Amino acid sequence: MLQQQRDYVLRTVEERGVRLIRLWFTDVLGNLKSFAISPAELENALEDGMSFDGSSIDGFSRVQESDVLAIPDANTFVMLPWADGAAPEARVFCDIHNLDGSPFSGDPRQVLRRNLDKARARGLDFLIAPDIEFFYFAPPEDGQPPRPLDEASFFDLTTTDVTGNLRKETIRTLETMSIPVEYSFHEDAPSQHEIDLRHTDALNMADSVMTFRLAVREVAAAQGVHATFMPKPLEGVQGSGMHLHLSLFNNNGTDDASSNAFYSADDAYNLSDTAKKFMAGLLFHASEITAITNQTVNSYKRLVPGFEAPVHVSWARNNRSGLIRVPVPKRANPSATRIEYRSPDPACNPYLAFSVILAAGLRGVEQNYELPAEADANLFEMGDAALHKLGIEQLPQSLSEALRVMESSSLVHEALGEHIFEWFLRNKRSEWRGYKTQVTPFELQRYLKSI
Amino acid sequence: MDLIAVFPENPSPDLARTLDLAGYRWKAFPSPDAITKSEPTDGWLGAIVMADTDMDGAWAVCRSLRKRDALMVPLLLLVTGAQLDELTLRDELFDDFCLLPFHPRELEARLRHVFARVSVNSKPDTVDYGGLVLNLETYQASIDGRPLDLTYMEYELLKFLTQNPGKVFTREILLSRVWGYDYYGGARTVDVHIRRLRAKLGEEHANLIQTVRSVGYRFGQSRWGH
Repeated sequence: MLQQQRDYVLRTVEERGVRLIRLWFTDVLGNLKSFAISPAELENALEDGMSFDGSSIDGFSRVQESDVLAIPDANTFVMLPWADGAAPEARVFCDIHNLDGSPFSGDPRQVLRRNLDKARARGLDFLIAPDIEFFYFAPPEDGQPPRPLDEASFFDLTTTDVTGNLRKETIRTLETMSIPVEYSFHEDAPSQHEIDLRHTDALNMADSVMTFRLAVREVAAAQGVHATFMPKPLEGVQGSGMHLHLSLFNNNGTDDASSNAFYSADDAYNLSDTAKKFMAGLLFHASEITAITNQTVNSYKRLVPGFEAPVHVSWARNNRSGLIRVPVPKRANPSATRIEYRSPDPACNPYLAFSVILAAGLRGVEQNYELPAEADANLFEMGDAALHKLGIEQLPQSLSEALRVMESSSLVHEALGEHIFEWFLRNKRSEWRGYKTQVTPFELQRYLKSI
Repeated sequence: MDLIAVFPENPSPDLARTLDLAGYRWKAFPSPDAITKSEPTDGWLGAIVMADTDMDGAWAVCRSLRKRDALMVPLLLLVTGAQLDELTLRDELFDDFCLLPFHPRELEARLRHVFARVSVNSKPDTVDYGGLVLNLETYQASIDGRPLDLTYMEYELLKFLTQNPGKVFTREILLSRVWGYDYYGGARTVDVHIRRLRAKLGEEHANLIQTVRSVGYRFGQSRWGH
C-alpha cells in the first residue's frame, strides 16, 4: 500500500509536469512551515525523508541536537490550485522524525497521531467538523485599525460583491484540495465570514485547518484583500471562533446506529453514556486546556460576555452562552449526534488543540466522570453569586491565567509530551510579559489627564 | 485464468455436465479456505456457488471471494425459489443468479454474460465510463477531458467503483476492499471520500456516484434498471 501511494505521487508529478513539491509541516505555535523540493528529489524524500535544521523552527530542536527528518505523508499529496498553471506545484504534509527514525517529540502532527492512536487502542475514532470564522479587511496599514470591506461607511470599495465572490472562489479552491465545505455565510459582524467544513477524522481535519487558513489568505490576497483569523480584531463586535463539532465512532468497521459512540436511542437528548462522560471530562479539564485552544493574548478579548462566545464552563442543549452545546441532529440521524465545543479560536494550533480536547474527553470516559446538570439559562444574565451557587466556573480570563492552570495540569503534560509542554509555557509566558509591559491607549485615555 | 471455482465440493450432476459440455475448466471445493488456497496465480476465471443445500456456507464463499484485493471474481449464484428473499441487500456479494433447477441453456447464457462483463472491465490500462476516463497505468483521471486532481485514496476509490459499475457497495465492503489497512475515521471515511469525489467530478457528473439509501453507494446505473 505504501509503495502504491508513492508510485501514485511520483507518477502524478511526472504526468502533470509538477515543477515544485512543497513539503509542509507545522511549528508548535501552529504556523505553517514549508520548504520546496524539485521532482528529482521527490523519490528520495518519499523513501528516506529530507533532513533539515530543526533549530530554525519555533519550538523544534535545541541547537545541539538540531537535525530532524521530514517524511512526506504520501496520502496528503494534492496539487496547489493557486500555483501558476505553466509551472504546476503540489504540496504534501510531512511527519517529523528524529534521525534515528523515531517520531520527533516537537512535531504537533506526531503529537496528534499519538493521542489518536491511544483512542484507537480503545476502539474509538475521533471525528471533527469545525465552523471557522474570519474577517476580510483592506490591506492593513501600520498603526491603523483594521478596515472592514463590506460596510461602505468604513471602506468605499464595492461592497458585498467582493466578499461574496471571494467566498465562492475560496470554497472552489478548498473543494479542489479535498476539503469539502458544508455551509458558508456572512457572520454578524461587518466583514466577518464563516465557513463550516464537513467532518473528517481529526488528523485529516488538522491538516485541513492548516490548508484552509492558507487557502483563505491566498484567495483573498489575489484580490488585494487581507483575510485574518485573529480572534478579536474589532472592538465591540463579535470575535472569530472555531467551534468544533466532536464525535467518537466505534472503529469496528461496521456502519450502523451503534457505530456512533455518542448516540443512544434511550436518552432524551440521544446522548450515550460515553458522550456524557466525554463531555464531563471536557468540562472538568476545560480550564487546563484553554491556553492551547486559545493561545494568544487577543484570544481572551473574544471570551467575554455578550458576543456569543463562551465565558462559563457549562453545557446545554441549545444555549449559545455555554461552553458545550448539544446540537439537535437533522432527522434525528444517529450518525450526526455530536457535541459542539465552543471556546477554541482559529488562531490555535489545530493538532495540539485536537490532542488536548481528545485527552480531556477520554479522561472523562476512562474515569467515569459525572456530567454536571444542564445550564439552560442565559448565563450572561446571571450574577456571579448565582453562578457560584450552581457550581459554574469561569474559563481563564487571560493568557496568563490560562498558562497558570495549564502548568499544573498532568493531563495536558501527558497529552502534549514534555518537549512541547515546556516550550509552549516558556514561549507564551514571554508573549504575556511583552504584552503586560505595554502602556495602552485605554490607559492613556483614562488616566493621563485625570490622575 | 481459465479455471472456475465451484462450491460445494459435490455439485449436482446437472451442473457438472453443463459445465463440461460448455467446455469450461472447473474444480469443486468444500470451503472458502480451500478455494483461497487453490487459487491460480493469475486468479479465477469466475466462481459458481450453489446455495440450495447450505445457504450460510454459500454466503461465506461469496464473502471470502469478495474480500480480496484483486479484481472481482465474477460470481454466479444458484438458488432455489425459496431462497430468493435471502438475496435482498446482498447485491454486492454476487454478479448474477440463476434459479434452481436451472435450464442448461439458461445457465450457459448467464455464465457467458457474467464472464464477458469482467473481461471488458479487466482491460488493463484504461477505464472509460461516460466522460470519465481513468488511466490505470499513469494513475491519471479525467472527466470530459479535464484532468481531475485526486488524492491517492480518492483515486483508488474511484478506480474500484468504476471497475464495478452498477453494483451497490456497503461502506464496510468499500473500506475492506479499497482501504483495507490502517486508517483513522472508520466507516465515515467512506462518506468523506465520496463527498470529495462528487465535488471534484463537478455538479453535472456528481450523480455518477449514487447513494443507495441505508445500503451504501453505487457507481453508474443499476444493472437492474432502477
